[in-house]
Amino acid sequence: MAHAAFVVVAAIAVAAALGLVLTRNAIHGALFLVVNLGSIAVLYATLGAEFLAWAQVIVYAGAIMVLFVFAIMVLIPGKEETGPDPRRAWRLLALPAGALLFLQLLFAVGGGRGPAETAPPTAGGGVEAIARLLFTQYLFPFELTSVLLLAAMVGALLLARRKV
Amino acid sequence: MVPESYYVGLSAILFTIGVVGVVIRRNPLVMFMSIELMLNAANLAFVAFGRRAGNPDGQAVAFFVMAVAAAEVAVGLAIIVTVFRLRRRLSVDDLSLMRW
Repeated sequence: MAHAAFVVVAAIAVAAALGLVLTRNAIHGALFLVVNLGSIAVLYATLGAEFLAWAQVIVYAGAIMVLFVFAIMVLIPGKEETGPDPRRAWRLLALPAGALLFLQLLFAVGGGRGPAETAPPTAGGGVEAIARLLFTQYLFPFELTSVLLLAAMVGALLLARRKV
Repeated sequence: MVPESYYVGLSAILFTIGVVGVVIRRNPLVMFMSIELMLNAANLAFVAFGRRAGNPDGQAVAFFVMAVAAAEVAVGLAIIVTVFRLRRRLSVDDLSLMRW
């Protein structure tokens, strides 16, 4: 049962990712990416990471994708990429290179036999466990994240200003 | 219970699709979305490894990756909009110079 659910959700994720890469229309690609992010959120939930699943939906599907769709609608890039590609041969080289990378990833991940393939899920993925970790062991990176977000906000405002 | 190696294999597939997408597409917005795909694949691997280790550290790292991705999207989209405003075109083949 769990295997069947995993296979279905994984197939949806891979199909949506392929749709993002292969479709010509950028807004369709953005919607494919939303499907992909949602299915990854489902996978987080099946891994026992409930908090991360909800954060995925809120942060990625909610905030980041809204930014993307907004940028696509402002820039209207649908007319680009319709002409003939001047470097088609070079770009098609990406397919064998990607296959090579995939094999290498599988080799790297499958090569090392980790301890206890299915360890009992001792720690939960609820808000409490994550919060305890974030505010004790990872407190400094957590505070640095706030500085990073502030810097990103100031940078985006500076770049988006009309006249310098 | 589905073994972690399945999740890691799926993560490898998604990461590879993201890499190929960055290389074969000419639209910077689509390349950006492919980068998001790669970040998500890495996050999935982090969470899967975290479950294998039996502690929530992997989820904390994935949380940080999410925050960094949000910052990256804000700045990156601002840069793309600025470039489009200056150039009136949106193809990465024109952008081989960092200054002009």
